[in-house]
Amino acid sequence: MKPIRVTADTDLQWKDSLTTESSLVRRLLIAAAFFYLTLFLFIPLAAVFAEAFKGGMAAYVGSFLNEDALAAIRLTLLVAFVAVPLNAVFGVAAAWAIAKFDFVGKQILVTLIDMPLAVSPVISGLIYVLLFGAQGWLGPWLAEHDIKIIFALPGIVLATIFVTVPFVARELIPLMQSQGRDEEEAAITLGASGWQMFTRVTLPNIKWSLLYGVILCNARAMGEFGAVSVVSGHIRGLTNTMPLHVEILYNEYNAVSAFAVASLLTLLAIVTLAAKAVVERKMLSPIIVADPVLPVQAGSSR
Amino acid sequence: MSIQVDHVTKRFGTFTVLNDVSLHVEEGELVALLGPSGCGKTTLLRILAGLERPDQGRIFLQGTEVTDQRISERRVGFVFQHYALFRHMTVADNVAFGLTVLPRTQRPSETRIQEKVRELLGLVQLQAMADRYPSQLSGGQRQRVALARALAVEPKLLLLDEPFGALDAKVRKELRRWLRRLHDELHITGILVTHDQEEALEVADRVVVMHQGNIEQIGTPDEVYENPANPFVYRFLGDVNVFHGRVSEEQIEQERSEGRSGGTSERAGEREVTFVRPHDLELSRSRTNDDQVEATVRTVLTAGSRVRVELMSQISGQAIEVELTKERYRELAVGEGEVVFVHPRHRRVFKMPPP
Repeated sequence: MKPIRVTADTDLQWKDSLTTESSLVRRLLIAAAFFYLTLFLFIPLAAVFAEAFKGGMAAYVGSFLNEDALAAIRLTLLVAFVAVPLNAVFGVAAAWAIAKFDFVGKQILVTLIDMPLAVSPVISGLIYVLLFGAQGWLGPWLAEHDIKIIFALPGIVLATIFVTVPFVARELIPLMQSQGRDEEEAAITLGASGWQMFTRVTLPNIKWSLLYGVILCNARAMGEFGAVSVVSGHIRGLTNTMPLHVEILYNEYNAVSAFAVASLLTLLAIVTLAAKAVVERKMLSPIIVADPVLPVQAGSSR
Repeated sequence: MSIQVDHVTKRFGTFTVLNDVSLHVEEGELVALLGPSGCGKTTLLRILAGLERPDQGRIFLQGTEVTDQRISERRVGFVFQHYALFRHMTVADNVAFGLTVLPRTQRPSETRIQEKVRELLGLVQLQAMADRYPSQLSGGQRQRVALARALAVEPKLLLLDEPFGALDAKVRKELRRWLRRLHDELHITGILVTHDQEEALEVADRVVVMHQGNIEQIGTPDEVYENPANPFVYRFLGDVNVFHGRVSEEQIEQERSEGRSGGTSERAGEREVTFVRPHDLELSRSRTNDDQVEATVRTVLTAGSRVRVELMSQISGQAIEVELTKERYRELAVGEGEVVFVHPRHRRVFKMPPP
């Protein structure tokens, strides 16, 4: 037995040296990656917290405990609370239509869903100003009926929804395409209604990807700056979201408060990343295997 | 449940998948739809299930028209080629699905459902697997779960779409015998789609051979195998040697003198194609009658239950495949490169339209 095993081992080593780089190249590449990450991610991240705590704990906490900061936090949560569920529902519906049905204009719909990623957020905001602004197409009509969209909550929500449209749909489309229609058709032939099919077959099959999309969507909704900046009007205590609040504080040379609020957004990012990592692991093993018994050959059980 | 397919046509875009197809299936029959991929057999099955709607024609189940009826009202069981088990449910939950989606008034009690699931898993011999997930089962086991799941709603019609197509040869053979036994026990009308002629001939009471959206022949396995209606069926149901030729004056003369046909010389020059199955060819080492073709042995394959000999005709250079029993092969003791004489014990001639 022994000589055979030795041969196998050397074979393996020989194959290894063929398919991987030398150890010097490997170390250089890893070092380069670490250097890059440190310079562009870790140092700025550390700087945010260092600056935030520069004035001590009291100043840090004080940055949140004022009317304007609390209003910004509330507004950000409210916007995400409206935008994320809407985009989750839209994302599931769009992915469902695209993955499971053939229809004219399907490719156009896919392109449209991707558009917010391609367009600069500032442009996304401007679209709404052009539509609903005082000088916009619908401006006079809105003014007549005393409906405020631009420089008010509806505008901020609209801009946020626009920017975060792709996140859920893009996460679901490839998954639903790869899963095909078979299971849904099986459910229907077994007598399930459309709603039963959706809640008992479709939704369980996509739940982790859906959650993943929602997490990304939420992170973007809370962190969006450009589009919201255009439609918000920067009214303190009223239409300032957290990112806008950070900018205002910074422009007023109130560095400690600016970084303190920024650290909150940074924490949100870190929590998002952690949640994303957990969900990703769930996605890789869609079924929790209770007892990992090897499949028995068909027929052997009779 | 008896099935009547009445002049059904289905097109996908400009492509005609089913071209005015009519078919009748008796109650309790197991019928195989057999044909190459793209012949329309799966589409016909999906139309019967209600998963597709025909462009023209009507479908009757048990004498009632169901062309516009919803799937859930048809009470058909459908088994998919790739099982389509619900991957997030255990085997037991998969089987129970059809019962748990019933409206509350018709739904059996929880204990009754569990009982029924146990019964069905017993029927497909998978009691021990009730708590497993589909990903933990082999292909053959998954397909049996799919079958149990389809049977749970007590369908009056069972539709199977290439149910064994994704399985390896040995499991496939076991499962189709098992399916036949199951069908004999349950007496459900069944339609099986397959591209495997061996499977169709072994399992079905009747075989429907399809090609390019048309039904080429309907008959018992014996009928379609022994008496193929046309060259396509002949070729599709097993290996065959094909000889192309033209009808000659002498041939007609000879047939007439033997009283075999009243053919006239008009037939001269007509193209005809002769089909002979490899096992219907007889070999001999010397010339014994005029009908024989002289040929050289190219290769001999002795592995398997029968011996396959590939010959090359010395006249036309055409390859001829012959299947011999082991005994006959030993008697003949021919080797590669030797010259033999071939003649058909049984052949079938089809006239072809002039090109």
